[in-house]
Amino acid sequence: MAAPDAPAAARPQVPPAGPKGRRPPRRKGNSAALLLIAPSIVFMTLLFGWPMVSGILQAFGGPQGLTTANFSRMVQDPYFWSSVGNTLLLIVVMIPIQFVLALAMALLIRAKPRGSSAYFYIWAIPLAVSDLAAGLVWLTVFTDRGYLNSLLASLGLAPVSWLAYDNYPSMFGAVLIAEVWRATSLVFVIVVAGLQSIPKDYEEAAGVFGANFWSRLWHVTLPLLRPSLQTALILRTILAFQTFAVALALTGQNFPLVVGETYRWYTGLQDPNVASALALVVMAVSMVTAVGYLKLLRDQSEAPQ
Amino acid sequence: MSHATTSKASAGARPEPAVDRRPLARQRRNRVLLQVACILITLFMALPIYLIALAAMSSRQSLQKFPLSFIPDNFSTETMQTFLQSTGILGGLINSVQVGVFTLVLSLIIGVPAGYAVARFAFRGRDPYQLFLLFTRALPIVVLSVPLAQLFLQTGLYDSVLAVVLLHTALALPTTILITASVFLGVPRDVEEAARIFGCSPVQAFLKVVLPMAVPGIAAASIFTFVMSWNEVLGASILTLNQRTLPAQVLSSLAESPLAYRFAGGFLLVVPALVFIFFMRRYLTNMWGSTIR
Repeated sequence: MAAPDAPAAARPQVPPAGPKGRRPPRRKGNSAALLLIAPSIVFMTLLFGWPMVSGILQAFGGPQGLTTANFSRMVQDPYFWSSVGNTLLLIVVMIPIQFVLALAMALLIRAKPRGSSAYFYIWAIPLAVSDLAAGLVWLTVFTDRGYLNSLLASLGLAPVSWLAYDNYPSMFGAVLIAEVWRATSLVFVIVVAGLQSIPKDYEEAAGVFGANFWSRLWHVTLPLLRPSLQTALILRTILAFQTFAVALALTGQNFPLVVGETYRWYTGLQDPNVASALALVVMAVSMVTAVGYLKLLRDQSEAPQ
Repeated sequence: MSHATTSKASAGARPEPAVDRRPLARQRRNRVLLQVACILITLFMALPIYLIALAAMSSRQSLQKFPLSFIPDNFSTETMQTFLQSTGILGGLINSVQVGVFTLVLSLIIGVPAGYAVARFAFRGRDPYQLFLLFTRALPIVVLSVPLAQLFLQTGLYDSVLAVVLLHTALALPTTILITASVFLGVPRDVEEAARIFGCSPVQAFLKVVLPMAVPGIAAASIFTFVMSWNEVLGASILTLNQRTLPAQVLSSLAESPLAYRFAGGFLLVVPALVFIFFMRRYLTNMWGSTIR
């Protein structure tokens, strides 16, 4: 499925390094290649392997040898379970919205409306916006004396404190909208790339046989998009676990997320051990997702082309 | 003669020849709906950026008014100036640029050779290596940052630009390698072999022929690295205390800062995104489409 990946654009981009044998045989040269990749292996081992080992030791470390005390402190913290709940709720609600929206945006772009390149540019901008900046951007909208309440006031309606501690639904809604705004672009770009690799003939053929838009979408386009959608889904899920600054910027501590809790334990409470324990939880969840990612990838590349 | 008959015939069929105009009308309606949908999404994407620009370019006084004005009626650089003069902001800006540039350079120095190897050689361990790269991309920053802070404290690197550069390079390297590999795959091997036949050494062939052809793609990868570094806030906040990058500085003073400060900070963080995406927009689908897996 990865074969016709190069978009129709003029760029001489070629499909990714796929399974052996698809391209003409590569040059043999074990020693040269190893020399070229050695620096990266050394660097990654030092900066991934070393901290990971010491992070695990730290999470189980205490004044007297190995202990699980850090984990029980982590679990007993009143913010812990609400941060887990918030993170999961955010992911479960956000990801379907993002995928539907991104798919709609990609299909709109593919229909080539007038000014589509300008649309593509504007829709892709949030791709380069950090979650902290996204939180601050939406703070101008949702803060008590912000633009949304200004709009309500000029319409003669009563202002609402959207980000108030006791108004959970609207607080969640604000974080959700900010995250949908920021991170849909990533899915959008991946889906646009996926759509470019699907020849138009399939859909046209389906159209000739009388399939309407929805059945073309459901039976032709979506199945062909599956690899892109899977990639985007898993990538987006892993990244969604790391969201925290958007909630900090919008609500302060009122809407805790797991990674935000790590930050709080490390900087606020100055307890690196519990922070490491939390980080391990995030890692475990991400690993499970990553293994799913790699497994799906393998299925994909072993499927007959 | 025939002329006359046809005109007569058409005159006889006065009530318009039965051309079905419905498909045409439907097509036109679809075009309009398409534009409406595009404009709605564009509003959702662009309006918040407009609003934060508006807020950052308003004076403190007009930010305290309520309701706020939606049109830029009193443009002022006061808010931005106050923000830039706050403690740690200018230093944070300089640190951010330094970290971004050094990260970019370091990840290119380490990543471009590796990407070339992945693209051109069938070496043993190539597939495990690629799996390893994919795996490292899935690791959350937070897992690395906390232990790295301890390690850097022990080695004296803590609270330095170099510490953040090392972390950001580790984060950017897998992507850099995968992107450059796909860029090098796009450079035809024949060109390189031709250069060899005409007497270039492998290194010369790479530097004089392959690299120039790969520069646009590598530039896109570098912008991507810089954006990642510019945006990364968690690791930078954990690894530094005084040598904050801009986002880390904004984050750490978030709780006790006035709204105007936060708006100005948000605006300053967003502006580069507008520029980066403008330069990268043609490469985006290539980068995310073909190299992500």
